[in-house]
Amino acid sequence: MSFLAITRATLGKDIRLEWRSKDAINAMLFFALLVVVIFSFAFDPTAEESRRIAGGLIWVAFLFAAVVALNQTWARELRNQVLDAYRVSPAPANPLFLAKAIGNFIFVSVLEGLMTPLFIAFYKLRALGPGWELLPIAGLGTWALVVNGTFFAAISLRTRSREIMLPLLLFPLSIPALLGMVNATTAILTGEESARFWIALLVAYDVVFTTACLLLFDTVLEAE
Amino acid sequence: MKRGFTILAIVTGLLLAFGFYKALAPLSWPLGTPTEQTMGYVQRIFYYHVSSAWTALVLFAINFVSSIVFLVKRNEKADILALATAELGVVFCAVVLVTGPIWARPVWGIWWDPADIRLNSTLALWLIYVSYLVLRRFSTSSKTPVIAAVWAIFGALDVPFVFFSIWFFRTQHPSPVIAQGGYLDPRMWITVLINWAAFLSLAWLVTWTRYRLEFAQRKVHEAEALESLREGSQ
Amino acid sequence: MSDTPSQSAVVASGLIKQYGRFAALRELNGEFEKGKLYVVLGDNGAGKTTLLRIIAGLSEPTRGNISVLGTSELKVAQAQIGYMAHASLLYDDLNGMENLRYFAGLYGIDSIRCREVISAVDLDPDLERPVGQYSQGMRQRMSLARALLNDPSLLLLDEPFSNVDMRSASEMAGLLAQLRDQGRTLFVVTHQPALLESSADEFIWMEMGRIVNRTPTLRAGRP
Repeated sequence: MSFLAITRATLGKDIRLEWRSKDAINAMLFFALLVVVIFSFAFDPTAEESRRIAGGLIWVAFLFAAVVALNQTWARELRNQVLDAYRVSPAPANPLFLAKAIGNFIFVSVLEGLMTPLFIAFYKLRALGPGWELLPIAGLGTWALVVNGTFFAAISLRTRSREIMLPLLLFPLSIPALLGMVNATTAILTGEESARFWIALLVAYDVVFTTACLLLFDTVLEAE
Repeated sequence: MKRGFTILAIVTGLLLAFGFYKALAPLSWPLGTPTEQTMGYVQRIFYYHVSSAWTALVLFAINFVSSIVFLVKRNEKADILALATAELGVVFCAVVLVTGPIWARPVWGIWWDPADIRLNSTLALWLIYVSYLVLRRFSTSSKTPVIAAVWAIFGALDVPFVFFSIWFFRTQHPSPVIAQGGYLDPRMWITVLINWAAFLSLAWLVTWTRYRLEFAQRKVHEAEALESLREGSQ
Repeated sequence: MSDTPSQSAVVASGLIKQYGRFAALRELNGEFEKGKLYVVLGDNGAGKTTLLRIIAGLSEPTRGNISVLGTSELKVAQAQIGYMAHASLLYDDLNGMENLRYFAGLYGIDSIRCREVISAVDLDPDLERPVGQYSQGMRQRMSLARALLNDPSLLLLDEPFSNVDMRSASEMAGLLAQLRDQGRTLFVVTHQPALLESSADEFIWMEMGRIVNRTPTLRAGRP
């Protein structure tokens, strides 16, 4: 089967599996809700202040939700040693990576879609800048977290203390991307600056790291 | 080898001593360095702050190159060099992070400036390489060097992004801290360079030692692993 | 090296596999002909699983040479290999056909073949039940079906009979003998060698990372 066909088949299989064991999805959705509620109790600012910090709050909340989702990524492949079946087949490594990354992207986006209206409601948010720009920012930022997160989750398969290893690897490397996401979002919400530079940074970051992941995933997968 | 090592050790000692003297000696002493006008005597910590930062960068650059060499050639020596330079780079980074606030507080009244590009970049760098070391320690793979090399490449790729993002952040959030750059009295330059040379020499010495230690340790492990060959044979 | 290379399924020389201070394989040597059923025996920690994983291309030796089906490019050999472990290598929440259709896709094989192999191991292709709800015997048979998808000339089975009921186990043993009769090479790691006593061509005894004996019958090798 072609590269794209394998990616599609793997993604389809993952979605079907996720759908069948619904408890994982439900738990994640509930967790996302909880995070927003906790934040709203912990940070109770005026409308003006909230516009300044909401960018940071939202993305930290997304980051935590993403990490919980990412830790699950490869768990399914470890059960029953199923990953061995893939590795022993002639299928190349990258379709597997892409399928996992795209799956995570979809999943984390769903969580973000749930959390965002709640944030808007709790913090009475309104974009003073060009609101539509928030969509590419969300997309680029989420991909930045997810592409590296999926890769590092694969690395942490080869370590002890897997759950702590993922954030340990992901957070330092994501600092530039986080700066980008947070500042871009704040720029749009406050309308005081242009988000253009940050968006450009996110695009460059995504391109560089997606390429790096695709070039090096096979090496990591086979590093038993 | 032994003789080269001894010579390096002596040179390092001399450079460090001389650099120390120059860093602390005011202009009134022979071969002294002028005290900075606005900041006063405290500014002298700058000589260690900057030298450590540049040395850390050199070490991380070596780590990057040896990681790539390792991935391509799978030469174990490249891996050992990567490990040694990462460890030492983290130490020098830590020196930068500690001397920074010590300098900043009396001069500008704050411990940490979020828009200071040098300090924040160093912090990010420190975090990345600490996680490199943690990854190496926590790895259960028999191919830890491969995984570590992959991570080193990711870390190195991140460095320009770290600089750019903090740089742009600074332009949007002007900081009260006056960046120490631009014009520097030539006599101060000499002190900086001497201390940098001293630190590079020290870095070389310690890396070399760490390299030899790790090399020997791996040979011992290999021997232990194969030991029962004699017992197992029939 | 005696025979022409094309006669050998696996040739290993000086294989060392090291994990830190522990060596799972210590300079293992061995040449294995095609078309034979080899039973691999030994205590836990002898290196049997490690050896099989190296042959399967799942693990790389620290040092030494290995050639599988005439090539030292193990990724190339994998197209001809079927691998089975004590774990099922299947997705618990998918049923048999769904599982096999996915894996068949990785090899570029169609669904008709999936039905064939499931029937070959005496299971019902139309069974809707998810594999996670199978009995151990059924699960191991489905796992074997998966390993047979690509019509492999080399089969590597790591403890296929573990926790399987006696009837399923002896049926599977019979099936393995048939596969050997079809000209395939099989390596079976097991703690229940009696199941293959009459059908195996050779018994390989491993201890502390090396092959210490090779015997044509089970009794001859017993220490």
